[in-house]
Amino acid sequence: MIIELGHFSLILALGLALCLTLLPAWGVQTRNLMLMRSAESLATGLFVLLALSFGALSYGFLTDDFSVNYIANNSNTALPVNFKLSAVWGAHEGSFLLWTLVLGGWTFAVAVFSRALTLDMRARVLSVLGVLAVGFILFMLLTSNPFERSLPVYPAEGSDLNPLLQDFGLIVHPPMLYAGYVGFAVPFAFAVATLWSGRLDSAWARWSRPWTNIAWACLTLGIALGSWWAYYELGWGGWWFWDAVENASFMPWLVGTALMHSLASTEKRGVFKRWTVLLAIAAFSLSLLGGFLVRSGVLTSVHAFAQDPERGMYILIFLIMVIGGSLSLYAVRAQGIGGGATFTWRSREALLLVNNLLLVVAMGAVLLGTLYPLAYEAATGGDKLSVGPPYFSAVFVPIVLLLFAFMAVSPQSRWKDTRQINLSRQLIYLIVAMLAVAAITWLLDAFVLQVVLINAIAVWMVINLADDLIRRVRQKRDRLMALVRQPVSYYGMLLGHGGIVVSLIGICCTVYYSEERDVRMVPGDVLTMSGYEFEFRQMRRVPGPNYMADQGEFVITSAGRTIATLYPEKRQYRAGGQVMTEADMDPSVFRDLYVALGEPVGENAWAVRVHVKPFVRWIWVGGLIMACGGVLAVTGRRYRLARGRELPARTVAASA
Amino acid sequence: MSLNKSLLIPLGVFIGLVILLALGFGLRDPHFLPSQLIDKPFPQFSLAELSDPDRTITTDDINGQVSIVNVWATWCAACLVEHPELLRISREEGIRVIGVNYNDESVKARAWLARHGNPYAFTIVDDAGRLAIDLGVYGAPETFLVDATGVIRYRHVGAVTPEIWQNTLAPAIALLKGDPS
Repeated sequence: MIIELGHFSLILALGLALCLTLLPAWGVQTRNLMLMRSAESLATGLFVLLALSFGALSYGFLTDDFSVNYIANNSNTALPVNFKLSAVWGAHEGSFLLWTLVLGGWTFAVAVFSRALTLDMRARVLSVLGVLAVGFILFMLLTSNPFERSLPVYPAEGSDLNPLLQDFGLIVHPPMLYAGYVGFAVPFAFAVATLWSGRLDSAWARWSRPWTNIAWACLTLGIALGSWWAYYELGWGGWWFWDAVENASFMPWLVGTALMHSLASTEKRGVFKRWTVLLAIAAFSLSLLGGFLVRSGVLTSVHAFAQDPERGMYILIFLIMVIGGSLSLYAVRAQGIGGGATFTWRSREALLLVNNLLLVVAMGAVLLGTLYPLAYEAATGGDKLSVGPPYFSAVFVPIVLLLFAFMAVSPQSRWKDTRQINLSRQLIYLIVAMLAVAAITWLLDAFVLQVVLINAIAVWMVINLADDLIRRVRQKRDRLMALVRQPVSYYGMLLGHGGIVVSLIGICCTVYYSEERDVRMVPGDVLTMSGYEFEFRQMRRVPGPNYMADQGEFVITSAGRTIATLYPEKRQYRAGGQVMTEADMDPSVFRDLYVALGEPVGENAWAVRVHVKPFVRWIWVGGLIMACGGVLAVTGRRYRLARGRELPARTVAASA
Repeated sequence: MSLNKSLLIPLGVFIGLVILLALGFGLRDPHFLPSQLIDKPFPQFSLAELSDPDRTITTDDINGQVSIVNVWATWCAACLVEHPELLRISREEGIRVIGVNYNDESVKARAWLARHGNPYAFTIVDDAGRLAIDLGVYGAPETFLVDATGVIRYRHVGAVTPEIWQNTLAPAIALLKGDPS
């Protein structure tokens, strides 16, 4: 019964989404204030219905209602309760319901938090979000209904959630990622609404910035969580695989990063208006494209979503309508919009333009690598080919290093070119950074040229950020007060860029200093590696709630001191019979010790994989810092003021 | 105001992308999950037989004639759905159907077959799921078409329905019987 209520709510939500699409838009065309105002209550209703629908499915999972196909396929009575709840989004149908719920949430948030917008603008934005909701809900009802039952014959027991997904990482990773993906729908809606109204001014950039940054922060966290999850759960010790699905999340992130910076230029200086609109459309389009690639079966990937031609066709048509429609609107409406203010080639505007171009080129490189196999298959008529990490390292890394070089000097730049970047000073900074890193690595007996060069860029960035901060407070009498008085958004920038530095150091050190050994061990064996002794004490059988595990015990010592005892497992899940490797690790700031069990090889002997991974935690901590920076950058006073005041739809003068 | 043609570039790029995606899409037969094992020999194994645990089945027992190898379990609902069709195939079509009892308890499995009928010439007991892993099984039921030389020719994921038999398996078997290469 509850399930039917959920199903019914979803159908009602479709009705409301249709109203949300049409009524406010009609109100805008006919200047009917009441219809325009209806957008807010329609958005609220849409969110409530989607939440009810989601709650009903969760209830079905909690009560083990295996007459529902989706629940029977993804749950089991023995599944722990927290995983029963996260199993709601463990496969295609439910995760799409979550995706739609997140869109409902963003739509509701726009309705609530953008009361400062003019009525017609708000009606337009919500109407655009309504179109997207119609598309998503219709997709679910037509091709991937999570509420479908298999009556009268239904299984007594569910076939269990994919064991890979029975993990804390999966509880938090998809909601975060979706909040990011779908969050880009808001700047998209703002961009489309602006094109639709024909008033492409700086004001829309100001409205879009907070939404863009928060969506970007969610996406950053989502990607970092996914990477962390892959690291500890897949058992290979890898943290990024250039898998099609990872790329699908990384491309909107790159464009979203460009969008954040471009929006800042548009808001403050009125430049790059067309380009910013285009980026807003592109960021969300890439999110949708990611959805298409993951769910249609066009590309095969480690992320096993149920794949179905009907779904692929639907998403493709939806993509054509949404992206094609918005780009056509862009082609027609962006005519005659000027570039705005002028700037010189050493100004902040110019640096941001370079940043944008490099980010878009980097995205293009990833897109090419992701779609090339598809193009190859189409051209040769079926031959399969896979573009692996070598391509991405060769193409992506140089672009990004160049980007970092521009990023390093960026804090020294000013809008409009009020101060020239002192190139000789920059050269000195770079040399100082290089010498410092070289000296440290030399002392630690870890000198690798690439590490020195890459980490020198990281240190160079830090020097410039610090230099800028010092400059801002040096002349002030009360320096502490001056530090506090800096705008919050400035600290957001510092954190955002600082997060990149942390991640960069983490990636570089992990790539160059990791040690990895695959060995055959029997209990009693000791492996010595990177100054650590890994002693294989014993194996035992340990039952879990829905699996049976072979658990190894490894005691790690260094110079006679016990560092940690690790218990890696090989689990066999009862319902599906899948065998999973559960690695165990001893994390710390400067290195992770990682032990994973491979296959049993003969009497008592096991294939054991041991990693020592320096600085690997920095990769994700950097992501966390970046996300905080992204949020902080838009929680400044300026945005609170902007909210309190009714913003007329006119060009807002550059405020800084 | 002159028309700025550069504004059409993004739309053009997108149309190119759509054509590519549509092409990639049309090429794929979605019910055919790509398997590493297609046109490869059936994996080596040596496991007990369900009704006669003293008997050991090996890869050699698979060879010799075109067979359908069906991975099933008592906990699998869809297996019960496809069961009548498998019974019909083994009785009426004269095709040997081999069972792989996957991650199951043999006592239950024997009772299940006694109750619902046994379409299998013999059933391999894969209680540890090793063979299923070698076969790359995603979940039960899965059905493999193996030719007389023991080479896997086709893989079907999900229940074997009369339509699947009619449209896919039967033509493929006819082809294999006519042309044993």
